[in-house]
Amino acid sequence: MESLDLHKITVRELNQFLHKELPGKGVKKLEILNPDGVHSIAAGMDTEVDIDIQGHGGYYVGGMNKHANITVHGNVGWGVAENMMSGTVRVKGFASSAAGASGHGGTLIIEGDTSLRCGISMKGIDIVVGGSIGNFSGFMAQAGRMVICGDAGDGLGDSMYEAVFYVRGNIKSLGADAQIEPMTDADYAAVQELLNRAGFKHDPKEFKRVAGAKKLYNWNADANQEY
Amino acid sequence: MSKKLVLEESAGFNQKVIEYVHRASATGLYEIRGMGAKRQLPSFDDLVFLAGSASRYPLEGYREKCTTTTVLGTRFAKKPIELAIPITVAGMSFGALSGRVKEALGRAATEMGTSTTTGDGGMTPEERQSSKTLVYQCLPSRYGFNPDDLRKADAIELVIGQGAKPGGGGMLLGQKVTKRVAGMRTLPVGVDQRSACRHPDWTGPDDLAIKVAELREITDWEKPIYIKVGATRTFNDVKLAVHAGADVIVVDGMQGGTAATQTVFIEHIGIPTLAALRQAVDALEDMNMRGKVQLIVSGGIRTGADVAKALAMGADAVAIGQGVLLSLGCNSSSYVQNGQHIDATADYNALGTAPGFCHHCQTGKCPVGVTTQDEILEQRLEPLVGAKRLKNYLKTLNMELTTVARACGKSNVHHLEKEDLVALTLEAAAMAKIPLAGTNWIPGVSPF
Ligand code: SF4
Repeated sequence: MESLDLHKITVRELNQFLHKELPGKGVKKLEILNPDGVHSIAAGMDTEVDIDIQGHGGYYVGGMNKHANITVHGNVGWGVAENMMSGTVRVKGFASSAAGASGHGGTLIIEGDTSLRCGISMKGIDIVVGGSIGNFSGFMAQAGRMVICGDAGDGLGDSMYEAVFYVRGNIKSLGADAQIEPMTDADYAAVQELLNRAGFKHDPKEFKRVAGAKKLYNWNADANQEY
Repeated sequence: MSKKLVLEESAGFNQKVIEYVHRASATGLYEIRGMGAKRQLPSFDDLVFLAGSASRYPLEGYREKCTTTTVLGTRFAKKPIELAIPITVAGMSFGALSGRVKEALGRAATEMGTSTTTGDGGMTPEERQSSKTLVYQCLPSRYGFNPDDLRKADAIELVIGQGAKPGGGGMLLGQKVTKRVAGMRTLPVGVDQRSACRHPDWTGPDDLAIKVAELREITDWEKPIYIKVGATRTFNDVKLAVHAGADVIVVDGMQGGTAATQTVFIEHIGIPTLAALRQAVDALEDMNMRGKVQLIVSGGIRTGADVAKALAMGADAVAIGQGVLLSLGCNSSSYVQNGQHIDATADYNALGTAPGFCHHCQTGKCPVGVTTQDEILEQRLEPLVGAKRLKNYLKTLNMELTTVARACGKSNVHHLEKEDLVALTLEAAAMAKIPLAGTNWIPGVSPF
């Protein structure tokens, strides 16, 4: 397996290798050693490859990812897999704020907890969190699904559009226009499928569905401060 | 004898204010409208050039060469962009504008050797194809934002704010969110598209530096990165943008336009372009970054004189939005179809306005087909006709710019300098830090 050591090369050299040299090489799997919290590790991937990051990442690990399957054997800073298009990013530890922000596709799995604004502005990504998520998560979430196996903080799903969240634990509070809705068979199946993808074992029956009430879709005088 | 009718309008509660109170009382909603501030503000009109005479000599206006080449993004980007003129087309979204208009902008800008800019909602194939140099905006909403288009762009503009609405997010009312617009933005058709006022994945200036670095990593440090701020605390904002690693800073003054924003923002938030430009230049000088980080100014730039004054005050280039729309026919009483001028006055009237007064871009019912997504209305702007008009407009501005520069003795428009200008009003002298005409007096700087 190809190993790239961030004690020996800079993140710029790493990313240029991943963008420019890796695609033609037929490499299926590689590992990144000594990440030491560096930012933008494996940002802008556009190749189908398995990447193991052996340690903690900084901000924007796997940012704008396409095709790659990235596993972080540690924790990550802000904006992991931000604006991801496809592929998978798995964080074995915890993730800081804005995990999966504005993600369009692919799957983000966080085995631990995440901080504030998880799934903010999400646009089609699937996010599965093994632990709990922080306040203001799912703000203006447009599309995609988020499964939270632990608790959700304040203001979940504020001003959300068409995304759907499934929460197993407590929800501290819902944001404007977010509401709890009954689970349907399709919801149970979706939760099961996402849990399987993440490798988490829970009963889908334990999850609640949160979606937008669609009262803020068009501007009106009654929306008042909430619009 | 009949009594004489004496109508005395209140200065405070004038017709406009009365109308505002009545409207607010009837609807319970604030007004949302398009275009920029309509109020009187200190502006480039309050400055004049001294030009050459005995103490400095001018260049021959028609014969001697005057360079307009403008290079942007020389600080970190491996591939800075080179423009033939220092006049660029400001960011305007597909959604606010039709695809045909985007095509017209791209064609005209390309012919003139300058850049156009995407907007909220992403990049359309029409504009990528028609624009030789295309700046791709990264906005808080990230609507339609994706790595493929990022890599296709020639430069990236990270938008923190807009002059028409610093601190406010964007808005595209449901009537303009058609199937194509909705698809590009991952939204249901017909909903109001609201854009957040803050980016989703960073907050303070230190985070911004990391975000800029990420965009550079994704694009292999090739593309210039602009940071655009709406003019408020411009001195500090420009310094922070430099600190964050910007190659180019775009400062958008309060006269800047919008497709749809609360009137209270348009008229009451932000500072005039004149004051903002001077603060931006001060900030760059303070950091010894003039010439290393380029400065683009926008917000109410209309004429070649405005461009020349902006350059003399220290801008490297300008960006124009509203002037560009006007050149395409905005606020004109007619539109051109198959070579015929067709009267559009009735359509303005139906919106409750008239040619010359329209600011109704938010309705999506633009009488001349510029800011619309309506399949019938958008036909009123023929891309080739629009492109020709815009090319003429840009050409005129550039000719005015070079003729002023030559009169000031400059063989390169970027050699225009503050010393070429004087102010006509105390306000302009104080804001621009340029002496009042006929004196050496700069309020707050030098004595009378
Ligand atoms: S004419 Fe069209 S572009 Fe111009 S202000 Fe009216 S609606 Fe907007």
